[in-house]
Amino acid sequence: MIRIDLPVAEEPIRKLKVGDEVGVYGVMITARDAAHKYLVEEDGAEVREVLQGGMIYHCGPVVRQSDAGWQFVAAGPTTSKREEPYEAEVIAQYGVRAVIGKGGMGERTLAACKEHGAVYLHAIGGLAVILARSVRKVREVHKLDEFGAPEAMWVIEVENFPAIVTMDSHGNSLHAEVLKNSTERAQKLLAQW
Amino acid sequence: METQKLDEWLLELIRLTSCELAPDVERALCAARDAEQGRARSTLDWMLRNAQEARESSMPICQDTGSLIFYIDHGPDLDQEQMTQSFLRAVIKATERSLLRPNAVDPVSGKNTGNNLGVGAPVLHFHPGLAAGKLSVRLMLKGGGSENCGVQYALPDGSLQAGRDLNGVKRCVLDAALRAQGFGCAPGTLGVGIGGDRMTSFQESKEQFFRPLDDVNTDPILAAMEKELLESINQLEIGPMGFGGQSTVLGVKMGLRHRVPASYFVSVSYMCWAYRRRCLQVENGQAVYL
Repeated sequence: MIRIDLPVAEEPIRKLKVGDEVGVYGVMITARDAAHKYLVEEDGAEVREVLQGGMIYHCGPVVRQSDAGWQFVAAGPTTSKREEPYEAEVIAQYGVRAVIGKGGMGERTLAACKEHGAVYLHAIGGLAVILARSVRKVREVHKLDEFGAPEAMWVIEVENFPAIVTMDSHGNSLHAEVLKNSTERAQKLLAQW
Repeated sequence: METQKLDEWLLELIRLTSCELAPDVERALCAARDAEQGRARSTLDWMLRNAQEARESSMPICQDTGSLIFYIDHGPDLDQEQMTQSFLRAVIKATERSLLRPNAVDPVSGKNTGNNLGVGAPVLHFHPGLAAGKLSVRLMLKGGGSENCGVQYALPDGSLQAGRDLNGVKRCVLDAALRAQGFGCAPGTLGVGIGGDRMTSFQESKEQFFRPLDDVNTDPILAAMEKELLESINQLEIGPMGFGGQSTVLGVKMGLRHRVPASYFVSVSYMCWAYRRRCLQVENGQAVYL
């Protein structure tokens, strides 16, 4: 397990390779569809600092509010490919060092990772309780009323958040590899049918 | 049936479905883990640990608590309108208690209603026909990531060389599994509806998810096809979460609906590994959860 503390510089991110397992510590922010649209089309001033050298987590959590503030109850990753139209711009404009989600992303994001020194980290889908427990504190939330709880931008402090590098900053993607291999295998089966 | 009791039973059904994986699903995940190595094995281990922690702490297994799909079989003594109000109250309360994420979004305004109620939400299918005093409620929580992997084919499909026969059906199902990769949170389960119209074909595919994972189709032809497809798809090496490995699907479940001569639909629905469905049965005022 490679420890990553946020904010992180380009150099340790460049060292990461597909297949590396990481544990993330520090402050990150959740963002899904509405947030990505907002970050690209508007200024995003309130989250610029935390995104610089930071990480975006594709997640729409189940939250609970008490006297002690907000708490993450269930918080696994959501499908990342919906953010493909926006992510390359977000990485470039905000200096994001990693995107955490599930399912991987496409060519444009892979190219942006290579150009700007960023990686895609895959969290295990449905690992909602374990990942929510790695969120030690909810610092603040942006756009809660406008976007609703799942789509709001939650600023969270995490400790040993587990993820796997599936797209690195050197153009490698585990997703592209698995797609190629499985497509070839399917074609062989179809030829027999 | 007392309204207050029904409200409590339904709330417990929602809690159980959201927080506790059904035993047949957990057994299938354990068997998949034991057969794997390396990253595929550790990924399945994480999933099983998460299921255990969710159960022990009564928290949702997955943050996407999905669409709520209820199938209700009831006796003549129960009024559907009154029951509907109980379902709505239970859903509101479950959302307040963070057992469900607010998941009802108006597609025009973009507004989330905040309580899981909306036009067509939750989904309630009522079937009268049971004896008086009896009630059976089946609930499925269908997450959005896996739902997005669903696909419907109209045979013949030239690009798949899929004709209007069972070989064509098989080609469609393999294609759906390939397209899904790990996106639906593999290892998933495929529900397949053969025939019907566009709506009932998908409905059949969804209803397949209420079958126990380890059952055998009562139709021997479909049973053989389910087995063959399960084995074939697990040779694709997509693996848990699409990281590679042998456990791509836990099951393939197929059902048919008679079609009109002009149409031949094959509908494939994808259920994620966090396969959440449970049943409440009431008889003589006693509730049992399955």
